Amino acid sequence: MNKLYSHIESIVGNVISVRAEGVAYGELAEVTSRYGVSLAETIRMDKELVYLQVFAGSRGISTGDEVRFLGHPMQVSFSDNLLGRIFDGAGSPRDGGPGLTDNLISIGGPSVNPYKRIIPREMIRTGIPMIDLFNTLVKSQKLPIFSVSGEPYNQLLARIAMQAEVDLIILGGMGLKYDDYLFFKDSLEEGGSLAKTIMFVHTAADPIVECLQVPDLALAVAERFALKGRNVLVLLTDMTNFADALKEISITQEQVPSNRGYPGDLYSQLASRYEKAVDFDGAGSITTLAVTTMPGDDVTHPIPDNTGYITEGQFYLHGGRIEPFGSLSRLKQQVNGKTREDHRAIMDGMIKLFSSYRDTLEKKSMGFQMSAWDKKLLRYGELFESKMMDLSVNISLEKALDEGWKILASCFEPRETGLRSELIQKFWPKNAVQTEAAAAVE
Amino acid sequence: MSQKSGRIVAVNGNMISIGFQGNVAMNEVAYVLSNGKRLKSEIIRVKGSEAQAQVYEITKGIRIGDEVEFSDEMLSVELGPGLLGQIYDGLQNPLPQIAEQKGFFLESGVYLKALSRSKRWSFTPLAKPGDTLRRGDYIASVPELHFTHKIMLPFDFFGDWNLLDIAPAGEYGVDDVIAHVQDQRGVKRDVKMMFSWPVKRAVDCYVERLKPEQPMVTKTRIIDTFFPVAKGGTYCIPGPFGAGKTVLQQVTSRNADVDIVILAACGERAGEVVETLKEFPEISDPRTGRSLMERTIIICNTSSMPVASREASVYTAVTIAEYYRQMGLDVLLLADSTSRWAQAMREMSGRLEEIPGEEAFPAYLESVIAAFYERAGIVRLSDGTHGSVTIGGTVSPAGGNFEEPVTQATLKVVGAFHGLSRERSDARKYPAIHPLDSWSKYPGIMPKDVVAYAHSFLERSSEVEAMMKVVGEEGTSLEDYILYLKGEFLDAVYLQQNSFDPVDASVSPDRQKFMFHLVLEILGAELALKNKDEARGWFYELRQSFLDLNGAAEGSELYQSSLKTIRGTLAAQNPRYGSAAKKMLLRLE
Repeated sequence: MNKLYSHIESIVGNVISVRAEGVAYGELAEVTSRYGVSLAETIRMDKELVYLQVFAGSRGISTGDEVRFLGHPMQVSFSDNLLGRIFDGAGSPRDGGPGLTDNLISIGGPSVNPYKRIIPREMIRTGIPMIDLFNTLVKSQKLPIFSVSGEPYNQLLARIAMQAEVDLIILGGMGLKYDDYLFFKDSLEEGGSLAKTIMFVHTAADPIVECLQVPDLALAVAERFALKGRNVLVLLTDMTNFADALKEISITQEQVPSNRGYPGDLYSQLASRYEKAVDFDGAGSITTLAVTTMPGDDVTHPIPDNTGYITEGQFYLHGGRIEPFGSLSRLKQQVNGKTREDHRAIMDGMIKLFSSYRDTLEKKSMGFQMSAWDKKLLRYGELFESKMMDLSVNISLEKALDEGWKILASCFEPRETGLRSELIQKFWPKNAVQTEAAAAVE
Repeated sequence: MSQKSGRIVAVNGNMISIGFQGNVAMNEVAYVLSNGKRLKSEIIRVKGSEAQAQVYEITKGIRIGDEVEFSDEMLSVELGPGLLGQIYDGLQNPLPQIAEQKGFFLESGVYLKALSRSKRWSFTPLAKPGDTLRRGDYIASVPELHFTHKIMLPFDFFGDWNLLDIAPAGEYGVDDVIAHVQDQRGVKRDVKMMFSWPVKRAVDCYVERLKPEQPMVTKTRIIDTFFPVAKGGTYCIPGPFGAGKTVLQQVTSRNADVDIVILAACGERAGEVVETLKEFPEISDPRTGRSLMERTIIICNTSSMPVASREASVYTAVTIAEYYRQMGLDVLLLADSTSRWAQAMREMSGRLEEIPGEEAFPAYLESVIAAFYERAGIVRLSDGTHGSVTIGGTVSPAGGNFEEPVTQATLKVVGAFHGLSRERSDARKYPAIHPLDSWSKYPGIMPKDVVAYAHSFLERSSEVEAMMKVVGEEGTSLEDYILYLKGEFLDAVYLQQNSFDPVDASVSPDRQKFMFHLVLEILGAELALKNKDEARGWFYELRQSFLDLNGAAEGSELYQSSLKTIRGTLAAQNPRYGSAAKKMLLRLE
């Protein structure tokens, strides 16, 4: 074991090959070059040739450099000492603190037996009506935030992180701009959450292979904490960088690309990370929120497309607001029947009307005459956008529901809403005045 | 056992190369002995003295030179009493038992028996010594939950067999020998209640295949009335993510009018499987009053489980479906999602360095998909009874674009197409089956011409809507506008259905007929509405009462009052009916 090899056969992209014996698939090695020591992972074996992906990249590696196999796969230390610490994609400290080597655990472990999962049933309150009311976040859910560069997705992520009631936050940063990394650090510190946070951060300046390790490191640690009964929130930003790293590496590996250069196993690669979100039967849970920036705002791009099929819905952040169309929480039905009896009806009813409003808006922009109904819709749409969609709105679910009825009553006759009569009888504001003036006052 | 042996010579992802000696069969199962574990794999290519195999587990830790053990058998499933109510992975490992032994995680190399060996079954012989038997013939029966489970001559007993002796009625396990048979050449064989069958071979022990004509009721209005599925038929549900494929499948699995439902969760979210497996035991089957789980088998290979067994899972599921069909039962197989299965094929094809077809899918994609759907069918068995396997598969097209290879290959071979649309799901119009794109070749619960008549309103309504986008509401005639409202009305009160409402979630065929008649009375009526605002108001009022009616249990107070309101609202308009409308209404009487 731990034999030293001093001849590298090939160097292609970030992958080197050596002639070695007794190596296990997935085993880690140390490559010592004159620029320092880097970890490398076995990604392919063919007869006596072993192919290794070098974490720090292959720049400057010479065919005469030393490769020493470590006899174990990628590992990370797991203990309460991790709390408040910041690491890079190779698992080394980024905050100047001591390296941790106690209680090492493997990353990328086996999948959870579905039989040991339980049905998610607890809502996570965020104070954002577009989430709480319309697309409720649920404990153990995996949800991406679909967005485009320039949108305040990291701000949204940080806000949810600080308002959500969880025991532990694990942040996995991939290809993060240095300022964004500092933003997270500062806002978690200000919010007083840093002590319950662990960060694994790969910045845009770091070697690309390390980017691939970040979600596995973050999730392996999260899993252990969850098994100890903690409720963990994992934030990943940005998964598009992760997928692009996969693409880069598979292309240099001469794999046949399937769609726009991405490898054929993109779905499985993303799924094995997202599926770590879990509510253990008899232990804690992992909830995952991940940013996916959509290249060209195109939801049919392979990354958001594959992600959408894996995750339990998505928040679509557009123009600084969570769009009701395109956003979806698949698990909301598990919890929104237990909140208040009008929750589901208001959720569906308001969105249907908002959809009509968008149609009317289109008609208006084409210069058509607005009917009385169109005018009602226009008034409704404006109120909806300012009282519900605006991200600065920070109210509880119950307040948001009341607000919903108020908006409806100030714009429509009860029968125009498509809501069931029994709910209207109970919740329709009694002194509703449906006039232009009333709307103006709002 | 055979003399062959092998050793690992290469590892690439979940594909291994084995250097072997002796004879190796294609699709043979081989076990990699690594770190004290036995990892299951399947041979998918043989070249010279090297064979490539896909491993059904994570390959981390395998070393060059690790020993490989060949099994001489193709990937098979165990068939026998005790399958109902079980939860298996793609290789038929019972997940609850694995959880019991190994805890939270699915560790690699753990394989358990699919059928309990200790459970005793109350056995009643049906055949007598001296009977001539063929494969698939019933020789005995045991009660399995509320079904009479027929014990059959194993499907691989080709030719005529003479029953030498059979065990008397009593309690036996699946592994006990319950009979002996002999063929004409004098070969004697033991018969047990349990046997295995290779998953990639269709079970063909029937007299003939029949045309699927009897509707399989799903209690979803838009399916039963507009796009029906027949028992023994096939249908597919393609749709972009978030359009409601899985919810639709879940609703169907609850309400479908069949004996047994097999759910193959293939490469999809684990959470959805969990919902089914935790909720089904609590829900009672309206047909039998027993727990829904008792008629369900779940084959679950979720997206984070190893890719290769994803491919196996759909075959495992369809083989079990065919087994119960052989007992004269109606079986529904729901596969979610066939795209993941196709992707598993693509991954493996890439590793094999095959020449890629469209979007890097292998060239044999179409024939493999066709062969899978062709395993559906209604058949006449040797005793004259009928059994059926209906297959419904979801497709998850990349980017929601139906032009992609998997959707297209599937559309060629299915009998009904329930296309889900993003546009409808965004507008919360569920189920989001697009009424203009979808089609079905099967007969349903309503006469075809009446359905076509109602459907014509949807078509014309959407034409008017498209026109209105150009000329505006003011440029549309009142007549056209009413047509548009009629289409919208049909959509809102009949096509859309709230699957989370206790009453609206499942609508019996009788109630569908009643409601359809009522809707037709409105669609077919010539109305004396004076202007567009009045027309819109009138239709909205009607819609309101209809939605109340949809949510009201039959015979309840709300049901009666809503019905009365609808009748009143309609009568107030003095509706007149043309000859076409009258004819259609009569056809429904």
